[in-house]
Amino acid sequence: MDLLTVNNLNFYYGSNKSLDDVSLPIRRNSVTALIGPSGCGKTTLLRCFNRMHDLYPGNRYEGEILMDGRNILDRSEDLISLRSSLGMVFQKPTPFPMSVFDNIAYGLRLRRIRNSALIRDKVEKSLRQAALWEEVKDRLKESALGLSGGQQQRLVIARTLAVDPEAVLFDESTSALDPVSTQKIEDLMIELKKAVTIVAVTHNMQQAARVSDYTALMYIGKLVEYDRTEVIFTKPKHKMTEEYVLGKFG
Amino acid sequence: MSGIAKRKLSNSVAMGISVLCAAIGLGLLFLILYDVVRHGLSSFGWTLFAKDPAPPGMAGGGLRSAILGQILLTAAALLAGVPTGVLAGTFLSEYGRSLKLSKIISAVSDMAVSIPSIVTGAFVYAILVKPFGGFNGWAGAAALAIIVLPVIVRTTESMTSMVPWSLREAAFALGAPYHRVIVGVVWRAAAGGIFTGVLLAAARAAGETAPLLFTSFNSGHFSLNMSRPVPSLTVTIYQYAASPYESWVALAWGAALAVTAAVLLLNVTGRVMIGLKQRR
Repeated sequence: MDLLTVNNLNFYYGSNKSLDDVSLPIRRNSVTALIGPSGCGKTTLLRCFNRMHDLYPGNRYEGEILMDGRNILDRSEDLISLRSSLGMVFQKPTPFPMSVFDNIAYGLRLRRIRNSALIRDKVEKSLRQAALWEEVKDRLKESALGLSGGQQQRLVIARTLAVDPEAVLFDESTSALDPVSTQKIEDLMIELKKAVTIVAVTHNMQQAARVSDYTALMYIGKLVEYDRTEVIFTKPKHKMTEEYVLGKFG
Repeated sequence: MSGIAKRKLSNSVAMGISVLCAAIGLGLLFLILYDVVRHGLSSFGWTLFAKDPAPPGMAGGGLRSAILGQILLTAAALLAGVPTGVLAGTFLSEYGRSLKLSKIISAVSDMAVSIPSIVTGAFVYAILVKPFGGFNGWAGAAALAIIVLPVIVRTTESMTSMVPWSLREAAFALGAPYHRVIVGVVWRAAAGGIFTGVLLAAARAAGETAPLLFTSFNSGHFSLNMSRPVPSLTVTIYQYAASPYESWVALAWGAALAVTAAVLLLNVTGRVMIGLKQRR
């Protein structure tokens, strides 16, 4: 079953076409990796899913991204609920300048949840899901800015999970982290896909191979190949895919 | 002379001139502080804060009315200027960040910071004193508000635009509408800087004389009535220092010390906060 279906998607920054006729499915409860050299459009595609581009002027979408039968690229799409159901974790950790607890509670309070017992439960559950609870349970009232980079990134994941998203979009979320923290987040992705759908942009070939179920290779705004990850890494149909996963370019 | 010796010499000369100029500047500043403290201390005591000015020629008396009036005027100015300035600065860095108008407003605010304050005073005189038939505290507060407004607009704008966009995106990605992003994340991240700006603006307002001469003027009586003239330390200094009465001149020195100490305190607090913020 597909959570999202991308059909003939074009995306323009001003007059610059940065996505060219991209079509692929995002399967539920799996990890889809978007790979490709810098500037290939993988992050641009990811940011189409939660309409992040709408924050900046001069962008245009063509084609469709279907979710539950509706095109989320429609002007009428409610971006607030769309972004609640498709959470995003960025390249650099983005803890808010408030306590660990308030960071997680931020999204809940946005949804006007006022019941403090409910918020407490949800904060603990999300931190456990993000494998951070044991490390921060005694410092929930402390500033989140005091956590290490890896902890901050897991805090951001917990914050995203707290609002029960359907999917979490990872935008090179381990590229600023040390190997141990990266490992933790990769383990987390595999664990999380039981509950949510994951789309991960990554520069790291090993990461894509280790973590993902499906891989899409992009190049200059086009989708080169999309398939099950083992197919992409072992017997890809395109020569370019083979060369890229072997590290011959990019 | 070899090249290196020449360069060393010109370096020493440049360094010497710089140090000399710095010493002159600092020396004058400390001379002023020394003089204010030396003269001010003699009339500095509890009576300065607890009593109103004595009639001319009589010894004693204090500056209770001027101190309270100064606080009243400054507080009223901040009450009007801070919310307006913070919201305007936020507009410039957020909703209006890609508008040409915002850049114009920014530039105009920069110019407004350096408008001679006596011009502001004359302007407020024309619209809030003349038509209402007399000097009044509201006009004084309005003049000070006009002076602090551009400072707060620009501080807020630069502090909020220093908040990284990724932080806003993270809040948007959680489904936050823009106003919640601003209140919950942007302002919170910029709060220290904005507060520092407000302190520095308050220091600026508290040290102004010219705009008050035209507006709130002065009064020897203790009053919280803003529709009447309201006394202030700075105008008191101006009037008392030029008076022929020794006791008034002494009070003027006391007022000078009080206002200098207050402005210095606000400034130092502001700077220390900036320092702490940058170290983090």
